[in-house]
Amino acid sequence: MKNEKLVIAKKKFNSRLIVGTGKYKSMTECAKAIKLSGAEIVTVAVRRVNIIDKNKPLLMDYIDPKKITYLPNTAGCFNSNEALRTLRLAREIGGWKLVKLEVLGDKQNLFPDMIETLKSTEVLAKEGFKVMVYCNDDPLMAKRLENSGADAIMPLAAPIGSGLGIQNKINIKIIRNQTKLPLIIDAGLGQASDATIAMELGCDGVLVNTAIAKAKKPFDMALAFKNAVIAGRQSYLAGRIDKYLYGNASSPKIGIIR
Amino acid sequence: MQKIKKIQIRVNGKVKSIPVKYSISDLVKNLNIPIKKVAIEHNQEIVDKKKINRIILKKNDKIEIVHFIGGG
Repeated sequence: MKNEKLVIAKKKFNSRLIVGTGKYKSMTECAKAIKLSGAEIVTVAVRRVNIIDKNKPLLMDYIDPKKITYLPNTAGCFNSNEALRTLRLAREIGGWKLVKLEVLGDKQNLFPDMIETLKSTEVLAKEGFKVMVYCNDDPLMAKRLENSGADAIMPLAAPIGSGLGIQNKINIKIIRNQTKLPLIIDAGLGQASDATIAMELGCDGVLVNTAIAKAKKPFDMALAFKNAVIAGRQSYLAGRIDKYLYGNASSPKIGIIR
Repeated sequence: MQKIKKIQIRVNGKVKSIPVKYSISDLVKNLNIPIKKVAIEHNQEIVDKKKINRIILKKNDKIEIVHFIGGG
């Protein structure tokens, strides 16, 4: 268990929890929550610099990209061109090749547009990016992404920010069984136990933002998620018992006093 | 005194007046942008940050300067 690491695009990580850096009250709160979560990878968004208020705090001043791996995302992109433009810019900021591709298809449910996502994955892989792909929980699509050069498959548990937890365990399990790529549950988790369930299904990691950032006590929730991911992984590796329909006594049946 | 000729460009969607013969490097310095923490697009083409002093801005050029912020 000790040296069992998460490997993404040949890079090794001790923590299997990836956290987002959005929705926090302040940069200070965000940085502290990340520290408590133990996460070594954080997602970040690419946005215009505020050229009017030049004294706005910069993310890089709070979270050191030399210590924590930045995973630039394409949040807010609704087609392949926007996503490609965003990630090419992200790479230019400082050589980031490990990226999170997320092409949305619907403004209300925020489900991914898988056709645009698939197209983008192919282009990015050819351009040398290491692409972690946010996707729906469809095993066939996951297979296509894998064939297109994805470096990690990141199906949603439920709509982004919904906090509903894993809605389709069967599909996640099928994707797990068919792929050797890192499988990371991305989006829709609501509480720490959801992360445990993801890990017990055999996922390699989970990506959480809202559930920590918007918890009543984000620091406590960050710690809870850290422990939940560890517990889930241990439980998965330990190998659960078979399920039975009926009771199966834990104490010996012989020597009972009558 | 002769008035310095100015041209208008767009930076991150906002109109900005700059003198003629103004380079991207001049613009970045004027805006006090930490160059190592941003990426720059000039008319939708990514700019090599090492060459920004050689790129002279023209009227109606569009510049995008982006950086990382919190996101999920």
